[in-house]
Order: sequence, then structure tokens, then C-alpha cells
Amino acid sequence: MRETGRGIILRTNAKFMVPFILLWGLYVLTHGTSGPGGGFQAGVVLAAGFILYAVVFGLEDTQKIFPFKVVLVIASLGVSIYAWIGVFAIVCGGNFLEYGKIPLAHEAAESSKLGIEMVEIGIGLTVMAIMLSIFYTFVQRGD
Amino acid sequence: MILLVDIILLAIAIVLASRAIFTRDILEATVLFAGYSFLLAVIWFELRSVDVSFTEAAVGAGVSTILLVAAIALTLRHEEEEEKSVFRNYFAVIACITFFMVLAFGLPDLPKIGDPNAPQNLHVVPRYIKGSYEESGVINIVTAILANYRGYDTLGEVTVIFTAGISVLLLLRRVLK
Amino acid sequence: MLDVIDVILTKYNYIIYMSLMTLGLYGMIGKSNLIKKLIGMSVFQYSIFLFYISIADVEGGIAPILVEREVTYTNPLPHVLILTAIVVAVSTLAVGLSLVIRIYREFGSVDENKILMRLKDD
Repeated sequence: MRETGRGIILRTNAKFMVPFILLWGLYVLTHGTSGPGGGFQAGVVLAAGFILYAVVFGLEDTQKIFPFKVVLVIASLGVSIYAWIGVFAIVCGGNFLEYGKIPLAHEAAESSKLGIEMVEIGIGLTVMAIMLSIFYTFVQRGD
Repeated sequence: MILLVDIILLAIAIVLASRAIFTRDILEATVLFAGYSFLLAVIWFELRSVDVSFTEAAVGAGVSTILLVAAIALTLRHEEEEEKSVFRNYFAVIACITFFMVLAFGLPDLPKIGDPNAPQNLHVVPRYIKGSYEESGVINIVTAILANYRGYDTLGEVTVIFTAGISVLLLLRRVLK
Repeated sequence: MLDVIDVILTKYNYIIYMSLMTLGLYGMIGKSNLIKKLIGMSVFQYSIFLFYISIADVEGGIAPILVEREVTYTNPLPHVLILTAIVVAVSTLAVGLSLVIRIYREFGSVDENKILMRLKDD
């Protein structure tokens, strides 16, 4: 019982901090265009939230929340979102990754901003999933 | 750059980096390396590069330290070779001194720090700064360059991260659950 | 002689970056423990990032986020390059560490000279 958890101070603090870390990571992801932040920072912060939970509460509990196969699917999903938005821009008449031609808003600058935000979500998902999967691989106990 | 703060921070950086490399306990080296990364994040914040400082604090002092500690837990904590003085590694010391001399040879040509007319601030950067709101619609210039002007590079970079994750899986995964 | 002193006084920060790079290089080639080599590689990489970010500084500039009034901004282009490079550096560290773990499982040692001796015996 002692192997998969830590003392009462660590467990209470982690229970308190992890939701705020994940919420803040989501904030950084969606506000990448109007302040410091963006995809890479948000991906690492979200992964750090899950890693904190895994360090304090054990790997099995974390894998019940976020199984390894789901992590791999999310990693592939992030890269695919980025690449397919680029191809979608070609379909709408522009060059590869030219967000201005996607008909999401009236002006090209607005469409560009929405395209950037969608691409940042893709980047954030991939970075978070890969950091988490590297962590899972390093601390696994599959014998 | 405020001069005194700058000198103190850089001096602490050199002390941390040298102690991290010359110690024989690898866990101590890891903790000092985490301190070095975070100190670098503070220096970059003082240089007003907020995005980079944010990323470095999260990545260097966070994820990178966890990975090193996990790797030490799976291998050994102390160095195995017996104590040798620095000057026994002739080749390494001579190579490092040569490297320093070659770099110092180019030192007078480097631009003065903070010069607004230095060549790196001139050719394409004013267009990026101007076009960040007009063409891309965002007010964070770094995000506009990253996702719009240099978006193709960022796609390649996300692929590099993905490939690194797959390589780690290929090397270490024992049982695919 | 006088302009050497002049160069040293005005460009002292470049000299500090060069010393950090040299420390990292010594860690990579002078130490025989594999994990210490990887730490040296990371110190080297971070000192190069420090060099890039420091040349992006503009006198009296503010952080590169657009504001209403007329100001000068610090050069955002090196920030973008280094942002990419930081995450790539941690990915490289992860792959390097997994290689070291596999080598340890195979040879029972993380010291370069012992591994070479074991390879010679086989």
C-alpha cells in the first residue's frame, strides 16, 4: 500500500494543485494569441500537471485516468490537425498553411487568427501527449 | 540589461554549470542542472523574452529534470571511474582550449548588445512586427511568426517531437498494454 | 594591448557565454560517464540559446507583444527559433537517456571505458 502513494502532506497538496495546473495550462493554450503562451508552453504545463499526479499517486491510478493508448492517439491527432489544416487551406484556394484563404470569417486577418488558434491546439495536444508518453515509458514496471 | 544584476546572474550560472559537470554524484549534477535551467529562465525574463522564459522554466526545470531522475533510478547514481584530475584528459582539455580560442577569434566582430541597427534587427523583422496585426490578426508577435510566417518550420518541429516520442517507445517499451 | 582590454570590457557577456559553451564541451568529451555526457550536451545547448536570446535584445525595447503606443520591441525572431530549439533539446535528451538505459541493461555499466573493454572481450 505504501508503494503507490506518498504521505498525507504530498497527497493533500497534489490534490489541491493539480486541477489549477491543468486549468492554467488550458488558459495558456487558448490565450496564446493575446499574451505570452501558445502551444508549446501549454503542452508542457499540461503534461507537468499529469506527471505531478503520477509521481504522488502512483502510475496505475494515472493510467486509469489517462491510458497509454489514449495518449498515443492524442499525439497522432495533434500532428494530424496541424497537417490537415494546411491541406484544407490548399482546398480553399491558397498555398499550404495559408490561413487567410480559409472561409471562417470575413477578413483574411480574422481567418488567420482562427487558423493560428486551431493549429496551436494541435501543437499543444501533441507536445502534452509526447511528454506524458515519454514519462510513462521511463517509469513503467512491465516485467 | 541592468548591469549589476546581469553580472551576478551570469556568475551564478557559471558556478552552477561548472559544479554540475565536475561533481561525481550524478543526482547532485541533475539538481544543479535544474537550478541552471531555472536561472537561465530568470535571465531571459530580465532580457524581456517572455515566451522563451516561460518555455524554459517549464521544460528545463520541469520535464528534463524528471527524465534525468528517472534515468538515474534505472542506472547508477555515482560515477564509476576513480578520481582523476582534470589535466589527465589531455585531448579533451586541449580541444576545449582550442575551441575557446577559435570562438575568441571572432569576438571583435560580434555586434554590441542592444544596438537597434545591428544586422539581425534590420532586414525582415520590421515586416514581421508590422504585419503581425495587419496580416495575421494576433497581437503576440512571437505566435504570429511561429504559426504563420514560419509555420512550415513549426510543422516540421512538431513532427520531430513526435518522432522522438516514437523512438523512446521503440527503445524502451517492454509490454505494450 | 589596449584594445584587447577594451574588447574584454565591452563584450564580457560574450566571454561568459563562450566559457559556458567550453564547459559543456568538456563535459561531453572529457567525462567518461554517459549520463554526465548528456548533461554536458544540455549545458552546451542552453548556453547557445542564451547567446541567441542576448543578441535579440534592443536598447529600451519591451516584450514583443503589440501595445497601443509607439515603442520599440525586442527582436522576436530569435525568440521563435529558440522556442522551437528548447523543445527539440528536451526530445533529444529523452532519446539519449533511453539509449543509455538500454546500454546499461545490455552491458551492466554506464562508464564508457568499461563498455569499450567489455566490447573488446566479446
